[in-house]
Amino acid sequence: MAPVGALAGRPPGAARRASAWLFRRPGLRAALTLTPPLGWFVLLYLAALVALLVSAFWSVDPFTSEVVHKWTTANFKSLIEDPTYRRIAFRTIGIAAAVTITDGILAFPFAYFAARVAPRRLQTVLFVLVLLPLWSSYLVRVYAWRLILAHDGALNWTLDKLHFGSLNVGYSNWAMWIVFSYIWLPFMIVPVWTAIERVPDSLLEASMDLGGSVWRTFRSVLLPLALPGLIAGSIFTFSLTLGDYITPTLVGGASSDFIGNVVYRNVGVANNVPFAAAFATLPMIVMGIYLTVARRLGAFEAL
Amino acid sequence: MPEGRWKWATAAVAVVVMAVAAGCGSSSSSSSSKPPTKIGKGEGKLNLVAWEGYTQPEWVKPFETQTGCKVSSKFAGSSDEMVTLMRQGGGSQYDMVSASGDASLRLIRGGDVKPVNVNLVPSWKDFIPQLKSPSHNTVDGKHYGVSVQWGPNVLLYNTQAVTPGPTSWSVIYGPTYKGKVSVPDNPIQIADAALYLSKTNPSLGITDPYELNQKQLNAATDLLKKQKPLIKKYWALSSDESDLFKNGDVVVGAAWPIAVKTLEADKQPVKDTIPKEGATGWADTWMLSAKAKHPNCAYEWMKYISTPKVQAQQAVSYGETPVNQKACPLMDQIEKGSCARLHANAPASYFNSIKFWKTPIADCGNGKTDCQDYTVWQKKWQEVKG
Repeated sequence: MAPVGALAGRPPGAARRASAWLFRRPGLRAALTLTPPLGWFVLLYLAALVALLVSAFWSVDPFTSEVVHKWTTANFKSLIEDPTYRRIAFRTIGIAAAVTITDGILAFPFAYFAARVAPRRLQTVLFVLVLLPLWSSYLVRVYAWRLILAHDGALNWTLDKLHFGSLNVGYSNWAMWIVFSYIWLPFMIVPVWTAIERVPDSLLEASMDLGGSVWRTFRSVLLPLALPGLIAGSIFTFSLTLGDYITPTLVGGASSDFIGNVVYRNVGVANNVPFAAAFATLPMIVMGIYLTVARRLGAFEAL
Repeated sequence: MPEGRWKWATAAVAVVVMAVAAGCGSSSSSSSSKPPTKIGKGEGKLNLVAWEGYTQPEWVKPFETQTGCKVSSKFAGSSDEMVTLMRQGGGSQYDMVSASGDASLRLIRGGDVKPVNVNLVPSWKDFIPQLKSPSHNTVDGKHYGVSVQWGPNVLLYNTQAVTPGPTSWSVIYGPTYKGKVSVPDNPIQIADAALYLSKTNPSLGITDPYELNQKQLNAATDLLKKQKPLIKKYWALSSDESDLFKNGDVVVGAAWPIAVKTLEADKQPVKDTIPKEGATGWADTWMLSAKAKHPNCAYEWMKYISTPKVQAQQAVSYGETPVNQKACPLMDQIEKGSCARLHANAPASYFNSIKFWKTPIADCGNGKTDCQDYTVWQKKWQEVKG
C-alpha cells in the first residue's frame, strides 16, 4: 500500500499527512480501527443469528421440500402445543442442569486440593491430568463409555467379579448423565481452580482466628468468593450439554432425544429447516436468561 | 500518489469479480429433458448416495478400471436422508442414488431425478418381471432408474436368549423381552406395526400398511407407544444394532440382512426369520439426478451394476435378492446355496408376500383420499420417540 519510505523521508508524503490528520481526530481513528472486526462480527455472527430467527417463521412445502417464504407462526405453535417437544425441551434442560450440579460438586473439592493443598510440582501434574482427556477426540471418549456401560461391558464385568450383580445403565438417561458429566468436567474444574486460587489466605485465616469453624469459613468466606468461578464453569457445562446431540445418539436409550437431535433430524433428514430454526431458538432463550443471571452474580469477572 | 492508478486497479478487480460470478451462474443449466440414445464418453467421476454396503470395493474397483469413472459414495442412514442429500446444494452434488421405494416416488414428484433410457442397460431385459417397471420407479411409462436389489426386513434374535425361536412379530410387542428389544429409528417403522395389526386386529381394516387413514395410523402409533418401554434403543445405523446384539444389550429386534451377516461373520449366536404375519421389505432403484454432472458415467454404472456377476456379488455380500434372474448360478459359485437361501429363484408368490416400502401419500389408491401422508408419519414417529 503506502510506501514505507514516506514515513521516514521528507518532505512529508501522503501517508505522513494522513497520519497527522488522523492524530487530530481520535473518534475517527477508533472508528476506522474497529470497523473491520466489528463488520466481520456483525456479518458472520449476528447475520447468521438473524437468518436463523427469520427462517423460523417460514415453512416447508410437504411434497417438494422447498422452503416457502411466507410469514407464519405455525412452527412455534406446534412447538408449544405438542407435548412431545415440551418433553424433549424439559429433558434437555433437566439433564443439562443435573450435569452442571454434578460437575460443580465433583470439581470443587478437586480444585480446592489442587489450588491450596497440593505442592507446586503436583499442581502441574494435576493440571495436565485434567486437560489430558481433551487431547483425544470427543467421539472416542463417548464410544469408550458406550463400551464401559454396555450390558457385557467393563462396568458390569467388574461388578460381577466383585459379586455385586449387574447394573443396567447402558443406553439410558443415566448413561447420558454419566457421560456428559465426565466429558465436561475439565471445563468446570479450570475456572473453579482459578477462582479458589485467587482467594487470599489471609481471609481464610482471619475467619478461623475469629472463631469460625471450618464449615462456617467455607460457607461464608470461600464459597462466596469462589462462586463466580463456579458460575463461569457452569456456563460451559450447561451450554455444552444443552447443545449436544452426539452423546444422546450414541449412549442414549429409547427416549433420549435432545433438542439438538430434533434439530439435526429436521435439517439433515426431514429437510425442514424452518422448524429446526424455531426449535433452536429455545436454547438461545434459555442461555440468554442463564447468562443474565450469571452476570448479576459476577461470573464474568472470574473468566 | 497517482490516484488514477488506484482507480484502474479497483475497476479491474471489480471486472474480474463480476466475470467469475457470471461464470458460476451460467454453468448450471445443462439438463436435457430427453434421455440419451447412446452412452457418450465417461466424465471420469461418479458421485453416489448409497446404502452402506452397496458400493463395496469388490465390485467398484473393477468398474473404475473398466470405465475410468472414479466412484465416490456418501452413505445415508435412511430414505429421508437420501431425499435430503439429493436436494441439497441445488441437487447437482450427487449423480445417482440407490433409493428405496419409500423415497423414489418423492424424488420423482419433486423433480430431483430424471427419466433414463433402459435400452442402454442390456441386462434390464433379464430382470424379474415385477421389477422391470414397478410403480415406485416408473411413472407414466417413464423409467426413472433401474431396479437393483430387494429383500425383506427380518426378525433377528439371539438363539441362546430367545427360545424357542419366535414365529410372530408379537415377540417385539410383548413384555417377555422387556428392555432387550431394538427396532429401526425410522418413521417407516409404523408400517411394520400396521402390518402386524392387519393380521392381529382385522377390525381395523388395514389392507396396505402404507395406506393408513387417521384411525388406522393412530392404532399403529398406539401400538408403537406401548412398545416403547420394551425398547433398549432405536437404531439409526445397522452397525449400531450389531453392536447392541454383540454386547448383550439386545436379544431380539427388527433388522436388515446386513446386520445378520455381520453378526454371523462374528460367530454370534443369532438367527433371522420372516414371521408368520409376513414382513415389510425394500426394492431399491439406482436413480439419476436431474442435474447429474456425470451422466455418461452414471449410465455406465447402471449397465455394470445390472450384470449377472455384479448382481450376484452384491446379493451375497449384503444378503439380499438380485433383480437379474441370471445371477442365481453365479451366486452359488460365490457361496454354495446362497441362491436358494436369498430366494433368488423363489416363485412370484414369495415376492408378493413382502410389503415393499413406498411413500405414504394422501391418495389411498381405493378411491378414498383420507390416507395420512408421510409428513404426518414423521410427526407421529417423533411422538412415539419423544
